[in-house]
Amino acid sequence: MALTDTPNIPDPDGFYDELLAAHAGLSAGQTHALNARLVLILANHIGDRDVLRAALATARAGAEGTR
Amino acid sequence: MDKSPPPIDALYPYAHSADQDAARPAHHPVIVVGAGPVGLVLALDLAQRGTPVLVLDDQQGPGEGSRAICFAKRTLEIADRQGVGRRLVEKGVVWSVGKVFHGHDKVFEFNLLPQEGHRNPAFINLQQPYFESYLVEAIRAAQADGAPIEIRGGNTVTGIEPRADNVLVTVETPDGPYRLEAAWLAACDGARSALRGMLGLGFEGRVFEDNFLIADVRMTADFPTERWFWFDPPFDGAGQSALLHKQPDDVWRIDFQLGWDIDRAAELDPAKVRARVDAMLGADVSYDLVWTSIYTFQCRRMAEFRHGRVLFAGDAAHLVSPFGARGANSGIQDADNLAWKLDLVTRGLAPEALLDSYAEERGAAADENILNSTRATDFLTPKSPAASLFRDAVLDLARRHPFARVLINSGRLSLPSVYDGLSLTGPDELNGPPETRPGAPAVDAPLAQGFLLDRLKGRFTVLAIDAQIPDLTQLPGIPLERLTLTTSRDDPTGALRARYLGGAPAALYLVRPDQHVVARWRDATPGMIESALSAAIAKGA
Ligand SMILES: Cc1cc2nc3c(=O)[nH]c(=O)nc-3n(C[C@H](O)[C@H](O)[C@H](O)COP(=O)(O)OP(=O)(O)OC[C@H]3O[C@@H](n4cnc5c(N)ncnc54)[C@H](O)[C@@H]3O)c2cc1C
Repeated sequence: MALTDTPNIPDPDGFYDELLAAHAGLSAGQTHALNARLVLILANHIGDRDVLRAALATARAGAEGTR
Repeated sequence: MDKSPPPIDALYPYAHSADQDAARPAHHPVIVVGAGPVGLVLALDLAQRGTPVLVLDDQQGPGEGSRAICFAKRTLEIADRQGVGRRLVEKGVVWSVGKVFHGHDKVFEFNLLPQEGHRNPAFINLQQPYFESYLVEAIRAAQADGAPIEIRGGNTVTGIEPRADNVLVTVETPDGPYRLEAAWLAACDGARSALRGMLGLGFEGRVFEDNFLIADVRMTADFPTERWFWFDPPFDGAGQSALLHKQPDDVWRIDFQLGWDIDRAAELDPAKVRARVDAMLGADVSYDLVWTSIYTFQCRRMAEFRHGRVLFAGDAAHLVSPFGARGANSGIQDADNLAWKLDLVTRGLAPEALLDSYAEERGAAADENILNSTRATDFLTPKSPAASLFRDAVLDLARRHPFARVLINSGRLSLPSVYDGLSLTGPDELNGPPETRPGAPAVDAPLAQGFLLDRLKGRFTVLAIDAQIPDLTQLPGIPLERLTLTTSRDDPTGALRARYLGGAPAALYLVRPDQHVVARWRDATPGMIESALSAAIAKGA
C-alpha cells in the first residue's frame, strides 16, 4: 500500500479544529508529549511498515527543506 | 536446596605438566585459551566427540563475582546435550513474571509462561561461577571416562606465532615459561583478549557513555521471584533505571544506571552502595552485600572470527551490552557451532573451509545481537530530546494500551540465530512451519517418550516424519544418524506436527550436529539429501 497524499479526511476544517482543541491550554512540553503519543497511536493503527516509512520520509523532507 | 556459595578458587589449580620439560614444544590437535563459559563448553563438546583438547587459563577457577545471571533456553538445550542441563535447571531460579515501573507507577506486568512442549524454560537465573563449575565437573567426569581433555590453570598465554601448519604459543607459569604447538587454537580469552592484541587485530564498535552499578545482595526478605525494572526509579540516588532480579541462594541482583560522569571509587564505597540499596528495599530490610561492581559497556566485534588456524569465540570475538543476556548465551552458541566443525576438520573428514562457515554464521549472529543490544540501550538511555520524548510517550501509553507495551525495550531476551541463506544452509522444499526452516535450530517437542532434542545427539541426523528415509549410498564419509517418527505413534500432543509438518502430510529433515536444520523436503531422492549433506560440511556441492 502506498502513502495516501491526496485529501482523505472528511470535513478537513472540522478535523483541524479538533486537533487544535486537543492541544488547547497545554504548555509547549505537554504539546510535544501529546504529539509523540499521537504519532505512536496513529502509527500503530496504520501498522503497514511501508506506509510508515514513506510517511517518515515525507515528514523528514519537511525538516530538511527539500520539498 | 544446596546453599553453598559458588565455588570461586582452585577448581583447576596449577600443576606442573610434563609438556613443560619437553625438549620440543608438545603438539596438541586443539588448544582452547580461556576457561570461561565459552572455552569450557567448546572443550567439553570436542572431548565428548573424542577430539583431544587442552584448555589453558591464567586463573585457577571461575573468579570473583556473579557476572552473567540469565541463561537462555538455547544454552540449556546445548547443556542438555552435554549432560549438564538438568543440573543447571535444578540449581537455577525459574521466573516468569516481570513488572515494569515508571517512577512510582507500575506500567505493566508480563508473564512469560513456559512454552508448552519444551523441556526447558525460556531461561533461568544462575550465577556464572555455578555454570562454570558444573562444566568443570562434567569435564572431570568425562576425563574419568577416558575423554581426551585437560585443563591447565595458572597457564597464561603470553605469545603466539601463527605458522602454516600449526600455531606456536608461549605459556607463562609459576615454574616459568614453556611452549606448545597446536594444530588449531580457539581464542576464548574474553573481552580483553590478549590473543587478539598479540595478533594486532581490531575490535571495532561503539562505546556507550554510561555506568551501571551492580550490587548483589543476600537477603531472606520476602520479595517475589519476579523481574522488576524501573524507568526513572523513585528511590534516592537510583539513577535513570534500576533492576531487581532473583538468583539462587537468596541472592538478588540490583542494578543502578548511574550515568557517565561519576567517580567510580566513590560510588563503590560500601556505605554509598548501602544507602542506594536501602532507599530501594526500605531501611528495615537487612541484607549482606555479596558483590559490587561498576561496569560500562560496548558493542564491538572483530571483522573476522577466523584467522588461519586461530578461531575467536565468545567475548573475545564480540561484545554486547548486558541487556537481553546475549553475552554468555551467544558465546555458548559460538562454541556449539565451532565444536563439531573443528572435530570434523581435525579428523580430516571435512575441508578446512568448513571453519569459514563458523566465522560466517557466528558473524551474522554477532551482528544480530549487537543490533538488538544497541536498540535496547538506545531505549534505556535516550540520547536526544526526541528519544526521551518518545520513550516517555511509550511508557505513558503502555499503562493503558497493549500496543505500546511491545515498544518498551529493557533488553530483548537472547534467542538463537537462524542461519538464513548462509553457505551451509540448504533447500526448503516443504512449505512447512517457518520456525523450523533451514538455518533454524530444531525446535523441541515432546515425544511419546522424552523430547525430540534428546534424539538429536550431536551428529548429522536425517529425521523422517511420517516418511521413509531413502537408501543413502553416496555419503561423504561422515557419521549419519537416522530417526524415523510417526505422528500417530510419537506425537502425543500434536506439537511435532505443528512444529515440523504444518499443513504438509510428511517431511524429511536433515539436521546438523548442533541441531540446526540444514534442509527439509516433502520427499527427497538420495541425491538431494547427499548433496545437502556435502554442502553442509563445505565439501564443494
Ligand atoms: C555484570 C555482567 C552481567 C552479565 N550478565 C549476563 C547475562 O545475564 N547473560 C549472559 O549471557 N551474559 C551476561 N554477561 C556477559 C558474560 O559474562 C560474558 O559474555 C561471558 O563471560 C563471556 O564468556 P567468555 O568465555 O567468552 O569469556 P570470559 O568469561 O571472560 O572468559 C575468558 C577466560 O580467559 C582467561 N584468559 C584471559 N586471558 C588469558 C590468557 N592470556 N591466557 C590464558 N587465559 C586467559 C580468563 O581468565 C577467563 O577465564 C554479563 C556480564 C557482566 C559483566
